[in-house]
Amino acid sequence: MKDLIIPRDNDRDMGTPAREGAPVTLTIDGFDITVPEGTSVMRAAAEAGFQIPKLCATDSLEAFGSCRLCVVEIEGRRGTPASCTTPVAPGMVVRTQSEKVKKIRKGVMELYISDHPLDCLTCAANGDCELQDMAGATGLRDVRYQAPADGGMSNHFEARQNGEANPQYVPKDDSNPYFTYDPSKCIVCNRCVRACEEVQGTFALTIAGRGFDSRVSAGTAADDFLSSDCVSCGACVQACPTATLQEKSVIELGTPERSVITTCAYCGVGCSFKAELNGDELVRMVPYKHGKANRGHSCVKGRFAYGYAKHKDRILNPMIRDSIDEPWREVSWEEALGFAASRMRGLQEKYGKKSIGVITSSRCTNEETFLVQKLARGVFGNNNTDTCARVCHSPTGYGLGQTFGTSAGTQDFDSVEHTDVVIVIGANPTDGHPVFASRLKKRLRDGAELIVIDPRRTNLVKSPHIQAAHHLALRPGTNVAVVTALAHVIVTEGLMDEAFIRTRCDWEEFQVYAEFASAPRHSPEATELLTGVPAAELRAAARLFATGGNGAIYYGLGVTEHSQGSTTVMGIANLAMLTGNIGRKGVGVNPLRGQNNVQGSCDMGSFPHELPGYRHVKLPEVRAVFEQAWGVEIDPEPGLRIPNMLDAAVDGSFKGLYCQGEDILQSDPDTKHVAAGLAAMECVIVHDLFLNETANYAHVFLPGSTFLEKDGTFTNAERRINRVRRVMAPMNGYADWEVTQLLANAMGAGWTYTHPSQIMDEIAATTPSFAGVDYTLLEEKGSVQWPCNEAHPGGTPLMHVDGFVRGKGRFIVTEYVATDEKTGPRFPLLLTTGRILSQYNVGAQTRRTGNVVWHDQDLLEIHPHDAEVRGVKQGDWIKLASRSGETTLRAELTDRVSPGVVYTTFHHPDTQANVITTDFSDWATNCPEYKVTAVQVSLSNGPTEWQEDYASQAQRSRRILPAAE
Amino acid sequence: MSPEKMVMMANQIATFFKTQPGSGQAENVAAHINDFWEPRMRSQLIGYAATGATGLDPLVQSALSSVRAPAEV
Repeated sequence: MKDLIIPRDNDRDMGTPAREGAPVTLTIDGFDITVPEGTSVMRAAAEAGFQIPKLCATDSLEAFGSCRLCVVEIEGRRGTPASCTTPVAPGMVVRTQSEKVKKIRKGVMELYISDHPLDCLTCAANGDCELQDMAGATGLRDVRYQAPADGGMSNHFEARQNGEANPQYVPKDDSNPYFTYDPSKCIVCNRCVRACEEVQGTFALTIAGRGFDSRVSAGTAADDFLSSDCVSCGACVQACPTATLQEKSVIELGTPERSVITTCAYCGVGCSFKAELNGDELVRMVPYKHGKANRGHSCVKGRFAYGYAKHKDRILNPMIRDSIDEPWREVSWEEALGFAASRMRGLQEKYGKKSIGVITSSRCTNEETFLVQKLARGVFGNNNTDTCARVCHSPTGYGLGQTFGTSAGTQDFDSVEHTDVVIVIGANPTDGHPVFASRLKKRLRDGAELIVIDPRRTNLVKSPHIQAAHHLALRPGTNVAVVTALAHVIVTEGLMDEAFIRTRCDWEEFQVYAEFASAPRHSPEATELLTGVPAAELRAAARLFATGGNGAIYYGLGVTEHSQGSTTVMGIANLAMLTGNIGRKGVGVNPLRGQNNVQGSCDMGSFPHELPGYRHVKLPEVRAVFEQAWGVEIDPEPGLRIPNMLDAAVDGSFKGLYCQGEDILQSDPDTKHVAAGLAAMECVIVHDLFLNETANYAHVFLPGSTFLEKDGTFTNAERRINRVRRVMAPMNGYADWEVTQLLANAMGAGWTYTHPSQIMDEIAATTPSFAGVDYTLLEEKGSVQWPCNEAHPGGTPLMHVDGFVRGKGRFIVTEYVATDEKTGPRFPLLLTTGRILSQYNVGAQTRRTGNVVWHDQDLLEIHPHDAEVRGVKQGDWIKLASRSGETTLRAELTDRVSPGVVYTTFHHPDTQANVITTDFSDWATNCPEYKVTAVQVSLSNGPTEWQEDYASQAQRSRRILPAAE
Repeated sequence: MSPEKMVMMANQIATFFKTQPGSGQAENVAAHINDFWEPRMRSQLIGYAATGATGLDPLVQSALSSVRAPAEV
């Protein structure tokens, strides 16, 4: 019997997917092997350590049975069945290497190779080609078939034959910026087509033609890969066994010789990747199939958009200047840190201890974030620390904290495989969280129902083989009304899960809530005029969610970034409790986090009122833990949140800011107000990869390092702590945690960390939910979901299983209150904003990659009716104005948005969508109301005066003096 | 921050707690402000209320006595 313990990092292709089922024992080549029922013979053999030759099978895809290379003999069965499509049976006796099957395989390979170029030595897949491997494995030594001399059916790989152009030859398609499609090397195994369908769910690829004419085709005959529906996720490239679909980086740099497992630094899905390298040169990023968030899948950003790491715009030397109208001066680290430290200390002496603060980064590691808030609390002596989660998911923290008792999503991503009805509200996963979207779409194709609540008709509403049962296209700003109306239907029609509520929630509070929700003013009929959602549709959606089995809610910033963001989060929690959808697989409340480490930055005490682990600074017992660990006194008063810092700066009481890895000037709302705040400060320290927009107002620039250049951890949307591993040395000389330590020490801190694992040990020692986390455990388990402590030594995939963290779940009354941001004669349209697949937030990274081919400018989506009355045609320059400001961009006419609603992205600083957004914010957390701004749209000739002034200020501000010799 | 913005933020908090059942709304408003407003914001609010409280929701006004006056700014 073979040893069945397969090491975690074993990357062997098992041929077909794993199955769950009762154990079945069979014999393969004389060895007994026990596998779950439903497993293929091929996989069973792989479990036993035998690799049956194969070409069309791979373990990320269902078996297809087309290549005939994996044939085996089975005692008592006729013929030679394909092992990939044959399930195991008890007592089955399989022979994988009989003379008969060996002969068949050799014959199959001979045919394949007869139509394949023999340029192996110069092929980009040399050494990484399954066709090559199988030729070897089957012992193929010669190919007897030759093209007929008189032409006719011949081969696909020679451009010319007998002096004539070969009509079967199709030249290479290199339209995609990251990979090529070379039909001459294709063996039509169908793996790419199936990957596009099964793994990614886009259905961009197909096999065109029949028999010898069969060809992989992207889109229609007139399309290439770029013009097709392809989203460049890389699943097809990953699945391709030959050089037919090949990364351009491998073509250029050669096959990688080593790999390091790390975590993507884009969105909150937190995909695990293998960084594949030659020396310290990154050749490609490949999704890691044992990654528990992504299960081997990736999107265009994580897979391909890493070129920013070596972009020429990266700033590698520290720079300082006395005032922002001066050019930058490159200086030594010592001088820059000394300058920064003395300025910050000087400001505190002159304006008081609370006149300076920090912004931690949700892009940086937990360890780095921990140090930045420690810098504020332990060295500055105040709580002026905040993070970009302020402007995205702070209402999640507040809302879920109030209702459930903890500030995090309840499930892991695997949970979606057990869901029956999904509500996606205020999120656009195919663009913002693509790998999760692929996992969701797979479940939807398997029969789960979908309810989309979004002002736009997002891709999830209808795409190949996916259709939402209900799309509630609400007016921006009416989330609470819609969510409460759903609750109204559930309560008044008696669809709630009373047993769950009685045992798990506070019954008194439920009764108050039920009475509130039952009020006629919350009925869908009463709110229809307000929300724009047809009452019958909303009722049907509510019934489906309440009665359709396991119900899960996934939401994004369309929920949080409103005046009533926190209230909507509470409303969502109410819905989950009402229907008993908490505490098991397939259900739950799942915030989709925008950035890689939003969850982590919140966990690490980035907020000005909370120490690590979401514990208020007013609590003496919590302060005591850190006071003892750090040897300082901790201020019991909450500090300033980002918008408050800017207000205080304009008022003259906040003078210095250390901002790590966030571009508040571009990403925060009401750009003019942000600029005024920054301009009023006397020391702005920007710690970043690039001279971002905020750096236009900075006095000190400290170069940052990329996720490839440092060790640490990110925590994703499922509370999963994943390792980030250094694969190359920091180009700027220091990892970000080292830079923060240098700054702290320049201010007299005396920190002595030599590795991020020591910082994690400090986190574990001070923060109960992290008590069991250390790097040894992460090495051993790959990743772990907090809480991880004595009670949960292996982490916690599902929360609130036996009871809520706070004890009884708490229903909270959620009265709808209209935002003060209202349309009127001057600004009759509502603007809402969001992201697109190929770009990421402020675009500082993705704009410096090949991804610009998909999105080189922000566009304004406007309904054709609204466009027509304004004389706006497709592609026209238009001016977009609100009470805050105005900008220009091009119009995209689409009925994705309803009449009265316009939409744009905020990826490009020359558009600067946030000059339009206002300073209104969530009542509880000050999270800005990005998603609702009253605007007007009119035709325009070109950039506004503000855009021109901004561009020239930015250009002036980015001047760098040559270093003194 | 501008008085208008401060008034709006305080009133938003009051608007939420006003909708909540039971008693103690004023205490809840004050507790929220004490938990989340930095001392200089609370000082501004208290100072503003002392000079007329124009535009402040009555619930905010009744919460003021429970808003913690910062020791120093």
